[in-house]
Amino acid sequence: MAFYRSTVLVSVDPICVEKGAYELIDSLHDELIKQGLLDEVQVLETPRLGDPEKLGPDIVVYPEGTHYTNITYFDVPRLVEEHFIKGRILKQYAAKMTDTIDEELSAPRSKEIRVVLRNIGEIDPRNIDDYFAKDGYMALGKVLTEMSPEDVIQEILDAKLRGRGGAGFPAGLKWKFARQAEGNVKYIICNADEGDPGAFMNRRVLEGDPHSVLEGMCIAAYAIGAQQGYVYCRAEYPIAVSTMNLAIKQARSMGLVGKNILGTNFNFDLEIRMGAGAFVCGEETALMASIEGGRGEPRARPPFPANKGLWGKPTNINNVETYANVPQIILKGSEWFSSMGTEKSKGTKTFALAGDVKNTGLIEVPFGITLREIIFDVGGGIKGDKKFKAVQTGGPMGGCLPESLLDLPVDYETLGQAGSIMGSGGMIVMDEGTCMVDIARFFMEFTQDESCGKCVPCRVGTHRLLEILEKICAGEGEEGDIEELEELSDQIRKNSLCGLGQGAPNPVVSTLKHFMDEYKAHIYEKRCPAKVCRALIKYEILDGLCTGCTVCARNCPVGAITGERKQTHVIDQDICIKCGICHQVCQFDAIDII
Amino acid sequence: MPSDTLNKEENILGVQEIVKRIGSTRADLIPVLQAITNQFGFISQTAMEELSQLMNLPTKEINSVATFYRMLSTQPRGRHVVQFCESAPCHVVGGREVFAALKQALALEPGQTSPDNKWTLLTTSCLGVCGIGPVMLIDTDMYGNVTPEQVKEILSRYE
Repeated sequence: MAFYRSTVLVSVDPICVEKGAYELIDSLHDELIKQGLLDEVQVLETPRLGDPEKLGPDIVVYPEGTHYTNITYFDVPRLVEEHFIKGRILKQYAAKMTDTIDEELSAPRSKEIRVVLRNIGEIDPRNIDDYFAKDGYMALGKVLTEMSPEDVIQEILDAKLRGRGGAGFPAGLKWKFARQAEGNVKYIICNADEGDPGAFMNRRVLEGDPHSVLEGMCIAAYAIGAQQGYVYCRAEYPIAVSTMNLAIKQARSMGLVGKNILGTNFNFDLEIRMGAGAFVCGEETALMASIEGGRGEPRARPPFPANKGLWGKPTNINNVETYANVPQIILKGSEWFSSMGTEKSKGTKTFALAGDVKNTGLIEVPFGITLREIIFDVGGGIKGDKKFKAVQTGGPMGGCLPESLLDLPVDYETLGQAGSIMGSGGMIVMDEGTCMVDIARFFMEFTQDESCGKCVPCRVGTHRLLEILEKICAGEGEEGDIEELEELSDQIRKNSLCGLGQGAPNPVVSTLKHFMDEYKAHIYEKRCPAKVCRALIKYEILDGLCTGCTVCARNCPVGAITGERKQTHVIDQDICIKCGICHQVCQFDAIDII
Repeated sequence: MPSDTLNKEENILGVQEIVKRIGSTRADLIPVLQAITNQFGFISQTAMEELSQLMNLPTKEINSVATFYRMLSTQPRGRHVVQFCESAPCHVVGGREVFAALKQALALEPGQTSPDNKWTLLTTSCLGVCGIGPVMLIDTDMYGNVTPEQVKEILSRYE
């Protein structure tokens, strides 16, 4: 890797491009050549820095981390002279500290430990030399020259690395089974079908540090004795696919992938397979069916993929984050890795923090941290002045946990016992304005839609759960609904074929367990305590506060509001469609939701 | 290519060319179907019959795969495909209002194609760019932080 004293990241977000980002890059190059600085200052493209509408085109200059905004090619000569020759920050263009730089991944906050995300934003993912400079492929070299496959498996077993895709099965054990399985042809698969809405940890790893995943896969291939690998990436991630493709090409040209890797007799090659938009393909047996060219439907296990996987051959399948951990475990040792975390869950976990929390985006924390620390210390607490209500972990098949469980340490077992799951790492924080029945309905809508339809409990059961929840939200809930939800959830959980069906009732079961009062209010009192479910709320104009300004009446789309100027207005409840526009436009807070 | 000008001969030649480029083994089926969808907008009955010959698979088998995946289409699509993300993270940051504005501007419900074959409106699964939601995709152009007011202007960029 050439040594540059400065690196300039230029945002090439579509809006920045429209505003002249590429002209900016060209003129930066021209000016750097003119000043003889081309060997000292590197210019790189990056997907997005700040808000492009307001700040674009914008650049960040490292190592200082100065964020220059609204900069065009006119400003370049001055910028180069001031910043790179005289070493002075051009205050006029420098963004205020409050402007976010990377909206998805900020600098590490207190309590974070970056293992999987350590290189992201720091290296050029499209240049293998940058990865070399971060000890890249050293672990592969060590494995191929100093360790037997059994040693590698033992190291991963000792590290107690567990699958980061959600189920948390010990990776070393999986590798051991695949190694012991009979057959000459074996496969390695990387599950990059990150489908949980709101979860994008794996996308950032593939886009920002693709070689760490590749290296992890090569090491796993050596350990189990595979010669061919596949990365199954969802088609919704075109940038991840192209970055990964380039990484494979570069690794192949360097002899790190292909025949006789690093001069040894180890051969391993891999290719990318793209999904075609099916959530269930994240399930391992469905994923393999999809690679084989069929409908992505899961099948019953056993036999497990380690014995009978892709095309019936022994196959090891782990997700992106699991493989990305591997090179560092080999280099730094299992003791280092297992020094982080709890007794049964070692290392770190990435999460995508979303919802009503101040700092959204990617984080990486050691196992054993509490939910409260994640939400209030790393996440900065709840947006606005609102109160925390629930946190949903584990994606659409996870559960919602209340305030009383916030001090639980985060690991696979504890979350499971509390009625949720670790999942792949989505974490949605909800404030007091969220209706938990509506949330259960929302997630059920998703799983019902994504059910592949192969087994009856999932196909029919989730549909039936959704119907009951819709009925309750519409104010038509009745005696017996709660019992039916419980009974159905139990049946779906026990009898479904794969994780999708088995996990589908979690949002319902967990909200029933922790927020039963809200279900009862909907069903027996016909009331939505969070004032979300339209059928159960009413808009009313408050006598003392209404000034008779007529704004609400003029904005009502159905003409339900009447009243003379300077007189208190009235909403005709028979006409009102509860769209909430009057509530939004009233400047005197005179419209109440009851 | 708009469906109303889909020429049977061109369709067959296109399918043959795609199979030649990608391959004709069973594992090539999904990439082939994706390429056909990209090139012709959808997988026609003609295309399926031709594929059946080339790949030595029953048509019903091809149909069962083509109808399983969201990104493969067996229905004609418009010249431009608008995909709106309806997942939770976009939903909670104003996606609902943007989607309403989009449906109104196009006068379409999800899954429908406009009578002039210009637009098809679909919903998409999470695109993983939740930091800039609400998000929509027109063909391969991604738009983030969309507001209801911007919808008409964005649509007007397409011929």
